[in-house]
Amino acid sequence: METRTVQFRIYRYDPDKDAKPWMQDIALELESTDRKLLDAIVKLKAKDDSIAFRRSCREGVCGSDAMNINGKNGLACLTDVDDLKQPIVLRPLPGLPVIRDLIVDMTQFFNQYHSIKPYLVNHDPLPERERLQSPEDRDELDGLYECILCACCSTACPSFWWNPDKFVGPAGLLAAYRFIADTRDQTTSERLDNLEDPYRLFRCHTIMNCVDVCPKGLNPTKAIGKIKDMMMRRAV
Amino acid sequence: MAVAVRKFDAVIVGAGGAGLRAAIQLSEAGLRTAVISKVFPTRSHTVAAQGGVAASLGNSEEDHWHWHMYDTVKGSDWLGDQDAIEFMCRKANEVVIELEHYGMPFDRLDNGRIYQRPFGGHMSNFGEKPVARSCAAADRTGHAMLHALYQRNIKANTHFFTEWMALDLIRDEDGDVLGVTALEMETGEVVAFHARATIFATGGAGRIYHSSTNAFINTGDGLGMAARAGIPLEDMEFWQFHPTGVAGAGVLITEGVRGEGGILRNAQGERFMERYAPNAKDLASRDVVSRAMVTEINEGRGCGPNKDFVLLDITHLKPETIMKRLPGIHEISLRFAGVDPIRAPIPVVPTCHFQMGGIPINYRGQVVAPKSGSPEVPVPGFYAAGECSCSSVHGANRLGTNSLLELLVFGKSAGETAVNDLRMGRREHKPLPKEAIDRTLARLSRLENQKDGADVHETRLAMQRVMQKHAGVFRFKDLLEEGVTEIMKVADQVKMAQINDKSRVFNTARIEALELDNLIEVAKATMVSAEARKESRGAHVRDDAPDTPEHPDGRDDDNWIKHTLWYSEGNRLDYKPVHLDPLTVESFPPKKRSY
Ligand SMILES: Cc1cc2nc3c(=O)[nH]c(=O)nc-3n(C[C@H](O)[C@H](O)[C@H](O)COP(=O)(O)OP(=O)(O)OC[C@H]3O[C@@H](n4cnc5c(N)ncnc54)[C@H](O)[C@@H]3O)c2cc1C
Ligand code: SF4
Ligand code: SF4
Ligand code: FES
Repeated sequence: METRTVQFRIYRYDPDKDAKPWMQDIALELESTDRKLLDAIVKLKAKDDSIAFRRSCREGVCGSDAMNINGKNGLACLTDVDDLKQPIVLRPLPGLPVIRDLIVDMTQFFNQYHSIKPYLVNHDPLPERERLQSPEDRDELDGLYECILCACCSTACPSFWWNPDKFVGPAGLLAAYRFIADTRDQTTSERLDNLEDPYRLFRCHTIMNCVDVCPKGLNPTKAIGKIKDMMMRRAV
Repeated sequence: MAVAVRKFDAVIVGAGGAGLRAAIQLSEAGLRTAVISKVFPTRSHTVAAQGGVAASLGNSEEDHWHWHMYDTVKGSDWLGDQDAIEFMCRKANEVVIELEHYGMPFDRLDNGRIYQRPFGGHMSNFGEKPVARSCAAADRTGHAMLHALYQRNIKANTHFFTEWMALDLIRDEDGDVLGVTALEMETGEVVAFHARATIFATGGAGRIYHSSTNAFINTGDGLGMAARAGIPLEDMEFWQFHPTGVAGAGVLITEGVRGEGGILRNAQGERFMERYAPNAKDLASRDVVSRAMVTEINEGRGCGPNKDFVLLDITHLKPETIMKRLPGIHEISLRFAGVDPIRAPIPVVPTCHFQMGGIPINYRGQVVAPKSGSPEVPVPGFYAAGECSCSSVHGANRLGTNSLLELLVFGKSAGETAVNDLRMGRREHKPLPKEAIDRTLARLSRLENQKDGADVHETRLAMQRVMQKHAGVFRFKDLLEEGVTEIMKVADQVKMAQINDKSRVFNTARIEALELDNLIEVAKATMVSAEARKESRGAHVRDDAPDTPEHPDGRDDDNWIKHTLWYSEGNRLDYKPVHLDPLTVESFPPKKRSY
């Protein structure tokens, strides 16, 4: 089988033994069947079992293996090795505390997600059957519900870097709009109240980094724009 | 080593569809519940399910739970327990509607009801013609469902222990289950979770095979923990090979593609399923389609330079339909097959997908095991649901979309039963036995101190190759017998598995080594159970049990309508009867399965 050698530069930090982070240079032989970056990293780990990273589905649906790849956030399992300039530089997602190597502490990211009350609220008595929703109304959720909470977007967002505790960030705001847009949810005005704050929503300056990196092709900026519009309309 | 103890009313291991559904039941009942998961809940493999969840809502054409029940019994090749199957099919509408009420973004019909599509093996009027029974959110049903369930748990304030790995089951001398030991990945700390109810929802173990649609984390931990604690594993010889994994990559292409009109073709462009299943064609049951594909390949009609795959063709579908109903598949085939399915067919091969067997449960979600001559006595304090369990609604072969349904139905019933037992039973925790955590500590210290041992990665690969070769889509007497010897050799290596990384912080090498202890239990159970079942049935088809007039499809109903039980200790087998009696309706007697 055809093989090729690929050069990597990987961020390493194990608080158990490293005083500070360092970059490791490794060359790796890959077979033609090793197409994705995740295949390569799994191979690296077979050689050196101390490299730590998260992964699960290997098909871009679980959101585990987000990392900074040659300076840009993305999912290792959806990235083709051959599309990358060498050495391939791998770092943990920026802006969040590093636990070890490519693993970051996502607590702040999830706290923001939880802060928008990401669940359907409807006070009507439960119908015996499903609640009805027209296909057109359901279409409004497309581009919103598919988020895999990988955090590529929020950790590419300068506003989130500076205020991870105060600014909800693109992923959380996308989720907020997912419930606002759902005809079955009855708490739009509470949801807007929850974001009416100099930081939570309005720290977004439409820099669009989030859109650029989302591996699912979602557009948080657009959702944020729609929430801002609703706030404006509500104000007048 | 001193180990901290944390007390809860209930501990649920696993935060996939089954675990999250059970958690809703317990949290909403106000019980102190801990949900432990190796990964953040929405990263569980339920997220990857594509096609849909079965329920006879009848939204676009007439349907009935009794027809669904018939299809499931037939699909199971009469190995399924008919009481559990009736229970599941009757509960389907209720749990799917609940899910809608939780906020699940199902696709909709023009009249506003949930969209339903046809799926393999699901027929109307007791096997007459395919029926639209699969409730879907595009081809991302599992993702939509898992997120909706997680969101409901946020509302219910469920207490999650994320990135904790459960290591061993704690039982006392009466055999009662009192919780689990678990390792916090971030710190390396080991804790005993002491609970009055323990629910396993740890998912499947598809990673015992080399080529699999399963995630890296699907390592059968629940099965390994149960087996080491003396609980038997049921029907582990039955593994479903999904007909359409992307050739080379293993990533799944949902059967929903065929539900929307996709066709399988061989190298000659022939729609070969017309020969194997004149009625249901491409929508025949999965075992039937997978074997037809392997037969085509073995007889030289495969595609590509090595003639080792067939093609899944949707080029005749409207591009709008593909983008609307199968957007995820469009993305997957571009990314993993390098093919735009609007223009060219997708290369596919049968790929290990789903484990029909598991920890034996009854339809109430209680774990049951033989005791004093009775085959099914509940193990006090122990419950299970989802792919790690065997209820057995799938018998020898699962129908697509029945698994997501199983998560909801049995996740809920395990939760309800646990809530009842907790309310009725004793209020205080039974004391933890002194040696409760010894097994765990012994495993950890062995791993810590192992020298000149076996490489984890290489050993896992060896196991996967043995399973793939000796217990694949078609099974051969000689290969199975050799397979038993081979897998026991690998098991000896696993006992000496060694890691180089000894860090306490997020040590994923240690996690993988501990997972391997579980994988190997599942692999042994599979090989030994498969070698012993001397008939063909459902997903288990042997060369020495061919289709004859006396034994249609190689099935031997006189001797083999029984469930296998495998015990880790002594690598021993036992059997128990199939429940042929449903709860309220008449039994469906065995007959030849044709589609
Ligand atoms: C690609 C794919 C597509 C599928 N499509 C469909 C479909 O369309 N319809 C259908 O009905 N079925 C489908 N299935 C099958 C179905 O998705 C699975 O059977 C089901 O999702 C399993 O759910 P679960 O809750 O049992 O386990 P999982 O979702 O796998 O969750 C297991 C949980 O257990 C946790 N866990 C495991 N071990 C430990 C441990 N030691 N300590 C702590 N936590 C642990 C994990 O972290 C995870 O949270 C599909 C399967 C695959 C692989
Ligand atoms: S558009 Fe807003 S949310 Fe997105 S990166 Fe820019 S500031 Fe952040
Ligand atoms: S919006 Fe996109 S980038 Fe952001 S978390 Fe969701 S899937 Fe990831
Ligand atoms: S491993 Fe799941 S998104 Fe990459």
